[in-house]
Amino acid sequence: MLLLAFDTATPAVTAAVHDGTAVLAETHQVDARRHGELLLPAIDQVLRAAGVDKHRLTGIAVGVGPGPYTGLRVGLVTAAALGHALGLPVHGVCTLDAIAFQARAEGLAGQPFTAATDARRKEVYWASYDAEGRRTEGPAVDRPAELTPQPRSVGAGALLYPDAFPGGHGPEHVSAGALAGFAAAELAAGRELLPNHPLYLRRPDAQVPAGYKAVLPA
Amino acid sequence: MADEPLVLGIETSCDETGVGIVRGTTLLADAVASSVNDHARFGGVVPEIASRAHLEAMVPTIQRALDTAGIKASDLDGIAVTAGPGLAGALLVGVSAAKAYAWALDKPLYGVNHLASHICVDQLEHGRLPSPTMALLVSGGHSSLLLSEDITSDVRPLGATIDDAAGEAFDKVARVLGLGFPGGPIVDRTAREGDPKAIAFPRGLSGRNDPAYDFSFSGLKTAVARWVEAKRRAGEEVPVADVAASFQEAVTDVLTRKAVKACKDNGVDHLMIGGGVAANSRLREMAQQRCDRAGIRLRVPRPGLCTDNGAMVAALGAEMVWRDRTPSALDLSADSSLPVTETHVPHTDFHGQAYDALGGGAA
Ligand SMILES: [Zn+2]
Repeated sequence: MLLLAFDTATPAVTAAVHDGTAVLAETHQVDARRHGELLLPAIDQVLRAAGVDKHRLTGIAVGVGPGPYTGLRVGLVTAAALGHALGLPVHGVCTLDAIAFQARAEGLAGQPFTAATDARRKEVYWASYDAEGRRTEGPAVDRPAELTPQPRSVGAGALLYPDAFPGGHGPEHVSAGALAGFAAAELAAGRELLPNHPLYLRRPDAQVPAGYKAVLPA
Repeated sequence: MADEPLVLGIETSCDETGVGIVRGTTLLADAVASSVNDHARFGGVVPEIASRAHLEAMVPTIQRALDTAGIKASDLDGIAVTAGPGLAGALLVGVSAAKAYAWALDKPLYGVNHLASHICVDQLEHGRLPSPTMALLVSGGHSSLLLSEDITSDVRPLGATIDDAAGEAFDKVARVLGLGFPGGPIVDRTAREGDPKAIAFPRGLSGRNDPAYDFSFSGLKTAVARWVEAKRRAGEEVPVADVAASFQEAVTDVLTRKAVKACKDNGVDHLMIGGGVAANSRLREMAQQRCDRAGIRLRVPRPGLCTDNGAMVAALGAEMVWRDRTPSALDLSADSSLPVTETHVPHTDFHGQAYDALGGGAA
């Protein structure tokens, strides 16, 4: 197995190469406004660092969100195009699952917790996990005050709203290494990952213009 | 590089996902997926709906274009994409896809200007553009007069709308008349039954002291709305076809008069008209009459190539390859307000020169 993994659902632009056992190389830049500029150079760089020719890859793992849409789409359309051009399967991973995978690796294994990212507009994208790391709730988008999170929480959404997430700590954003690790473990266990479709969780903003406005004074 | 470069072009500046494939100046495929019906009930293009639709449509539309052209992606000599101007989120989907294809296939990437592409598409219909060429670009997003010496490197704006684009005026008048969205084709059809001289609507910026090549359609749109409202208030029936015909006449009169004047003033004997409004039958007819009278050769692509499409991007991309222009870098930005003078976004740093020295796409 030789996976190229990347995620653009959080402010991080992150890419990694994973051989099914370990992360061979990883890059991580935080710049919420430049996903489009940073992603392809990051992919190119991580493959060079891993010493892997793109034609040897066996699959692509991509974070499908939830996340702010404009950045999220950069990752998804890149994954779709690379999969098409290189003839590779594209595996979608819920970005919150990747953050949870990393949180367990960093010490939260055996405890239930909530992962939350910033959804802007005073809301968070979130999901909760049990002690075995299974997702028990979410992904969903809500106002922090309306949630009853687990006693421990991770992610920038938890850090941003400490009143709603008292036990909040890192990891802040997703890392492609963790995303690749999650995908590799799931694939090795024979489980299906998600299709390469965005988890928007919100309907598009679209105001129907009010009826035709008169220009003559009433 | 091949004399007749084989280039795929991606266009996502608005609501159409366009993918074209061109060999030199020959069109091989022009695949389009449109989200126009998803926007109709909003009376205008909703950016988020357009961006979502581009993501869904991208790979299937690319595959459809490759199938139609009967080529493999590995046969291509380059990938071109609209880098701007346009809707930021929509452009970003196309630019990201183009980068991924260019990188995966080891092909040079060309981020090109949407407006220059509208001009260059005419090469697919009428052969290489003469130098210089005057271009009148009219659509829902733009109304400009452009003088092009070389479509890959030298496009100068002579004038533009100071308020609404011509196509916007068509949409707004269609809404006033209750005809639906998009307004262009419906107003054109409705106007055929009407009298273009029935109502004397104003010709914007046509006074002696007004800028010679700029346009204004906001006053005209308001004049139409006032006229229609006054009729309705008086309890009279609105002569919809006459209003549509008279409005259309006012728009096309100003556009063609200024375009012909720009040609004469600058000693240019070719006029190209592009953009969605160039599909308007009255504009085509009036432009032909006035160009014939002025001894100007008119070049207007068929309506399908006037609206936004991938073929126009591929056409300009092929011209970039043919003229050996510097490709774009993989950190190319989507620029929603890319100036028309920037016909493409070349790689300009040290690595770009190194890239060229290595022979371009051979990564
Ligand atoms: Zn256009």
